[in-house]
Order: sequence, then structure tokens, then C-alpha cells
Amino acid sequence: MTYLIDRRLQGKNKSAVNRERFLRRYKAQIKDAVGRAIKGRSITDIENGEKVSIPVKDVNEPTFGHAHGGVWEVVNPGNQEYQKGDQIARPRGGGGAGRGKAGNSDQTTEDDFIFELSREEFMNYFFEDLELPNLVKTQLTATTEFKNQRAGYNMSGTPSNIHVLRSLRGALGRRIAVGGTARKRVIDAERELEQLLLEGAPPQDPRVVELKKLIHHLHTRLLAIPFIDPFDLRYTNRIKVPKPMTQAVMFCIMDVSGSMDETRKDTAKRFFILLYLFLKRVYDKIEVVFIRHHTAASEVDEQEFFHSRESGGTVVSSALHLLNKIIDERYGAGSWNSYVAQASDGDNWDNDSVLCRQLLVNTIMPKVQYYTYVEITDGPPQNLWEQYSQVPDHHTHFAMQKIVTPADIYPVFRELFKKQPK
Amino acid sequence: MNDMTPKPRHPNALPEQSEWTFELIEQIHQEIRRVAENFGLDTYPNQLEIITAEQMMDAYTSVGMPVSYNHWSFGKHFLTTEKSYKRGQMGLAYEIVINSNPCIAYLMEENSLTMQALVIAHAAYGHNSFFKGNYLFRTWTDAEAIVDYMVFAKNYIAECEQRHGIDAVELLLDSCHAIQNYGVDRYKRPAKLSMAQERARQKEREAYAQSQVNELWRTVPRREEEEETKVAPRFPVEPEENLLYFIEKYAPLLEPWQREMVRIVRKISQYFYPQRQTQVMNEGWATFWHYTILNQLYDEGVVGDGFMMEFLKSHTNVVYQPPVNSPYYSGINPYALGFAMMTDIRRICEHPTDEDREWFPDIAGSDWRKTLDFAMRNFKDESFIAQFLSPKLIREFHFFAVLDDDNNEKLTVSAIHDDLGYRYVRQQLAEQYNLGNREPNIQVWSVNTQDDRALTLRHTEFQRRPLNQQASEVLKHVARLWGFDVHLETVNPAGDLVSTLEVRREKRGRGA
Repeated sequence: MTYLIDRRLQGKNKSAVNRERFLRRYKAQIKDAVGRAIKGRSITDIENGEKVSIPVKDVNEPTFGHAHGGVWEVVNPGNQEYQKGDQIARPRGGGGAGRGKAGNSDQTTEDDFIFELSREEFMNYFFEDLELPNLVKTQLTATTEFKNQRAGYNMSGTPSNIHVLRSLRGALGRRIAVGGTARKRVIDAERELEQLLLEGAPPQDPRVVELKKLIHHLHTRLLAIPFIDPFDLRYTNRIKVPKPMTQAVMFCIMDVSGSMDETRKDTAKRFFILLYLFLKRVYDKIEVVFIRHHTAASEVDEQEFFHSRESGGTVVSSALHLLNKIIDERYGAGSWNSYVAQASDGDNWDNDSVLCRQLLVNTIMPKVQYYTYVEITDGPPQNLWEQYSQVPDHHTHFAMQKIVTPADIYPVFRELFKKQPK
Repeated sequence: MNDMTPKPRHPNALPEQSEWTFELIEQIHQEIRRVAENFGLDTYPNQLEIITAEQMMDAYTSVGMPVSYNHWSFGKHFLTTEKSYKRGQMGLAYEIVINSNPCIAYLMEENSLTMQALVIAHAAYGHNSFFKGNYLFRTWTDAEAIVDYMVFAKNYIAECEQRHGIDAVELLLDSCHAIQNYGVDRYKRPAKLSMAQERARQKEREAYAQSQVNELWRTVPRREEEEETKVAPRFPVEPEENLLYFIEKYAPLLEPWQREMVRIVRKISQYFYPQRQTQVMNEGWATFWHYTILNQLYDEGVVGDGFMMEFLKSHTNVVYQPPVNSPYYSGINPYALGFAMMTDIRRICEHPTDEDREWFPDIAGSDWRKTLDFAMRNFKDESFIAQFLSPKLIREFHFFAVLDDDNNEKLTVSAIHDDLGYRYVRQQLAEQYNLGNREPNIQVWSVNTQDDRALTLRHTEFQRRPLNQQASEVLKHVARLWGFDVHLETVNPAGDLVSTLEVRREKRGRGA
């Protein structure tokens, strides 16, 4: 008795639990890798999986075995030149004759054990650090919807997508084009033949015979033109288009004066990433503008933003001026939703802080959707903090937070996340 | 063979197409079964299961069993397989077949009709008949019960995870896996138990095992005069080769559920033990039969030329043996050697040469089916090669033996494929497949029942080969299971101590 069973529809992720066990066991290493990835990645590139590598010795499952040494006598196939008693120099490194089996060698020079985290897993590890409530996680990790849109015609595709009308129209055109000359000559020849016959030429007349032969030949040629050719086939082309959504611009403002060290920049980066992810969820098209400042502000690319170092004093208002200018020049006229994320260690020139507050309250806040400020410091608040504290009195869409570790970032966005209807 | 007239079309001929359908698989399977039965193959009933590539990877991960318990190491295997499969570094195996009754063979969805036929012939008739016939499988595995046992193991371990926590279970399994190759009885014959009995006796066993342990470690002092007159009795009386068995029975600190888990790993290890000893034979047998069966179907006209071309392409890939100096060389291909030997035995039976008559007087000219059947039933790789490897094959493979002695500056070619070397090469090759030589010989030597309860393992050196560096890691696992200090003594065959390794358990309440 034989059974033929179709198991394809039964669960295919039998190993999901084992995979999860593996991740659980190497959580520390994976978190490190995720941390490194966040540092290394562009903000806009955060929502991908990640390759994680773990030293092979850590994932090794030890077993008793022989190491190389002592006496090994191994039979190999493919002898070409050796005779009994030949002496062979000991090969260096792995492989080669008489080196024993690979499985027995201790010095395997394998690379790290590398595997890929899925996007969801990566995001989980990323959010774990940030201590977000679960609700936010699901909101942020949900994928955007696409819609299938027709986009013209293609020369290749699946048979179900053949566009009959287009294909036949093409075929017709080709038949006309290819057969044009021949058809014209047939008409001419037939007319000539008719003429001749009218003039009373006998059917055996060599000219009549000649013409009949020609007409026959031309008809054959016309018939040889295929009705439809693979070349004529046209397929409906469809592309995936993201559902149209409103657009947003995100400004990252960071103090790059000497006091901002690498750890602070890393914390700032996570702060920016979080805002970016949120915007990504809500808006389909996002532009990111990086503004850095010390005593003067400049617009830079992401690489320079995070990685180049400068020193000197701090004038925050320079960045706000530049921000205002950029909004007016490029993102004005109400078609853009502007979000600003500012990170600083709190230093500012005394007189400048008042100016900053005025700029914010009077000029910038009316133009932006949301303004977030984090002060990455564990010291006492300075004058910039005090001045900024007055902003929420005038505008509710302003959030500020003093943070020490990435875990403190989330409260800055609490309002933002709460307000946003799904 | 050379006549050019087209063969009469077989009424059950397979259409020349590469897409398979359920009807066509049924059809080709009927034909394969008919031919296999004509050749006298005795098999368990077959259960063919169509699965997807992902499911194949799942099956890989759980050592080919349809169900298995959960452990991170399986996740690791899955990740490795998935990675190399996705990068295209390796194709998945065409087939996985499970030694169970009914015999389960997986057919992958992606395969063409030809490949499905190949897999059916190879797995469902080749491997299947081997599982049913070979003495090692008959002795050590119980095809009726294995799937049930795996279900039991999965549920039991899941239950333990709930009761004692995932971490505790994981640590224990790590330790058991580290010595699972030492969880087999090599010589003792097992008694067969049905699944129902197994379950019924489990509770009983837990209680009993615990009471035995208590007996051994009883701390109530014996009467003094007895102590003085007797030398402490040696324990165990005889060295024990099955480490997991010893731990299951005698480890002082294990809880009953832990003993049961040790037993599960041991049972599964024992189940796979025959497979590790019959690689060449098992694959050779299955390859020989798919080749023979499909050729028979071709001769009968059931399958056509296109089918054969595709089949032969796969077949030749499978049985290719790269020479030792090839960059693709990674040891002897068991398919190549096994197939060549099976084919060669048939040749010796059907068309013996003078050399064959001299080397194999018993089988030269005998009925090839009976001879092959005898060879399949009564040997394992080691003895099979020692018995049946012919000089002709040694010549064809250009086998040569190389002696690598670390006392010598250079390697020495000790034998090649000539009259002087045949027997030597054959003996060496057979030794190479002796599991007893391939794995270090490590046994439980003694337990200090009087004092610190330390367990001493003894590694008897083979050919002066040292233990690998992982040994100390493994020893830590043994110590975790045993619960007290563990020593590993390495002795040379004369019994002189060469070196020792030891793992000391932390004393409770103390830092070091």
C-alpha cells in the first residue's frame, strides 16, 4: 500500500521556534551587532534586515574528536605519480594528501558564523533599546501599502498578461509594412495583365505568361508573411506604486561643537532615527535635511553630519536662522509637513539663548508640525534649556527632554505618537 | 541494443515532460514498484510526501525527522542551510528518507518528473529496503516506533521547559549533545520495547532510577570492621562505553526529569548509530538500485530518451569522485565508492575474470541478486569494504595509502594499486570506516565512591592521535551532568598514563 501525500500546504515554519531559540541564546552578540549597524547606517536605511556575525567559536558545539598528530594512514583516490615508498613533503595548511579529514582538524579557519536578521527582528532589537510601548512598535513596523498600476506595455511578460488588441495592432502594422512593396507590385502587375488581355493578347503570349508567374510569385510571398509573430506580442505592464501620501521634510539639527563626543552623537542618531521611522509611517515621501552648527551653521550630507568633528563655541541661533531660510526657500507654501529634531549638549552663548526662544516662538513654530529637542547631558540645565522651557507655553507642538541614555528618548515623542490618528 | 527500429510503446509509458503531476507520480511509482518487486527488493510500505523547499530546510534542521524537540542548535543549522541555499552555494538534497514504518520519503516540489522518479527509486526502494534488511538497522532501530518516540520526546521536553524553564532544559541538552556520540551501546544488544510499554514504564523507571542512585550514594556509614577488611569495591566493575547511559543511571545529582532527557538524547543517538556506520553501503545500495531500476524501465520503454538523459546527468554528478589533487576533493564520495562496489559485485557474479575467481571464489559466477542481498544484509561499511573491494576497483579509483607519522619528517606512500598493495589498501580503507577508530575511544573508567565522587573517564589512544582542543569544553559538559569533578585520563594502548584533563566543579557557597 502506498500513500502519496501533499504536505505543501502544511506549516513551513517548523524551525521558527529553533530560530528564535538561537536568537535568544545569542542575544547579547546580536544586540551588539544591531548597535554597530545603527551607527554604521544611514538614517533613511534603518528599516532593513541586518547581517549579524558571531565568532564561530561561540556557536560551536564541542564534541570529542581527534586532533592532527600521531599516526594517520589515509587512503585517497586519484593516484597519478606515486610509487610505494615515495616520500612526500608535508603539505602546509589544510587539504592535500594525507592531511587527515577536514572534520578532524582543529585549526579550521572558518570565518564568523554569519546570518541574516529579518527586518522585523532587527526592528525589535532596535526598539528594545528604546523601551517603546508595544503599541508604537506595531505602528512603526507595519509596511506601507502598494497599489498595482498599469504602466504601458512591455515586450515580455507572462501569457496571462498578453494585450490582445495591442499585439494584433502591431501584427497588422507589421504585415502592412513588410508586404507593402509586394502588394503594390501585385496590383500593378494585375492591372498590366488586364490591360494586355483587353488588348487581345493570347494566353500563350510570353508577356502574359511572365506576368501570371510574377503575380503567383508575389501572392506566395504575401502569404508567407506570418499573421502574428512573437515579435508582435505586447504585454500589459504593471508596476507597484506606493499609495500617494503627503510629503514631509525632516530637519536634523545637531550641535557639533567640541563637547559633543561620539557617544552623544550616537544617542542623537537614535533620536533622529526614531523621528524618521515615525515620519516614514505617516508620510510616504520624506526628505531629510541635516544642519549642523557650532558658531556658524551649515547644511551638510549625512556622512559629514555624523562623522566629521569640529570644535569651538556654540551659537544655536545660527542653526535656527538657517532652518528658517531653508524652510522658506525650499519647503514653504504649505505643501510640506516640516518636522524638526534638534540635539545638543545644552551649551550656548548666554545672549544667544533668548534670541533662540524668540526665533522659535515667533518665526519657526508656526511653520512646522512638530519640534523636538533633546539635551544630551547629565549636568544641570543651562540657559538654553531654561529659555526653551518657555516655548511650550506658546505652542503645544513642541517637546523637549533631557536624556542620558537612548532609553530616555521615547518620552520626547510621546505627544507626537499619541496625537497622530492611525 | 543496436537495432534502429523504434521500440514498441509501452502501454504505461511516461510522457516526455518535465512537469510532474500526482497522476504521473502514481503512475511511475507503480512501474518502479513492479520492477523493484521483480528484482526481489523487500521494503516497508512507502509514504511519499510532496514538500516545498522551505519544508525541506525544516526537515534538514531537525536531523531529517518529521518531528523533533526544539533546541537552538537546530536553529543554527537552519540558518546555515538557509544562507547557503539562498546564496545558491548549494542545492538542497533531492531526498530525505526516514527509517520508519511506513517509510517516509520526501519529494521536493521543485523537482522535475525525472527527479521525482529518481528519488522514488533511490529512497523509497533503495534506502527503504536497506533499512528493512541490514542487520544493524534490524538490531538497533525500531522503525515501527521511531515517529511515535519523537513525538513523545518533543512533548516531554516541551513539558520540561514549561516546568523547569527554557534555560535549564537548554543547558542540559547542550551537555547531552556534546557527548551524544558516546550515548550508544556498541556491542550490547538492545531489548525491543513497544511505544506503549515505553510510556507505561517511564514513571516506574524514574522512581526506580532515583532509588538506585540513592543506594549508591548512601551516606550512612557502614560498620567499621567491614571497612577495614575490604578494599573499596571498584565502581563500575567494568568500564562503561556508553557515557550517557552511565550518567542517566548513576549521576548523583540529576532530577528524574533530567535523567529522562538524557535518555531521550541517548535513544535518538542510538537510532542514528547504524546510519553512521553504513554510509557507503546505504548510499551505494540505493544508488545501485535507482540506476538498475530506471535502466530496466528504459529497456521496457516506460521512460524515454529525454528522461534518461536528465537522469544520467544527475546520476553521474552524484557518483563523481574527484581525485585527491582536485580542488573539489573532500574525501571519498560514499555514493561513488558504494555504487562502484555494488555494481562491481554484480559484475563479479555475472562476468567474473580470472582475477575475480582468485579473489572471490565464493561469489564469482553466483546469482548476483542473492549475493548482493547477502552483502546488504550482513555487513557494515568496514566489513563490507574489507570483504568486497576488488583489485579492479582499487585500480579504477587509483587508491593509494599515505602514512602520516608525526615522528617522520615526510609523508610516506605506503601502498598503491599494484599486486603488492591491493590487500593493504583494502584493509586500510576498511579501517578508515571503522567508527571505533574514527572517534576517540573514551569510556567511563571509575568513580570515587568513597571520597569526592569524582568521575574518571579514560581515553585510550589510537595511533598516538591526540584529542582535539574541544575536549576540555566537552569535559565541562560532562561535569555539568555528573555534578562533581571529572577527570579525563589519556593512556597509551599499553595502559601507561600519557596526560590528564580535569574539570573541577565549583563548591557550593564558594566563589572559586
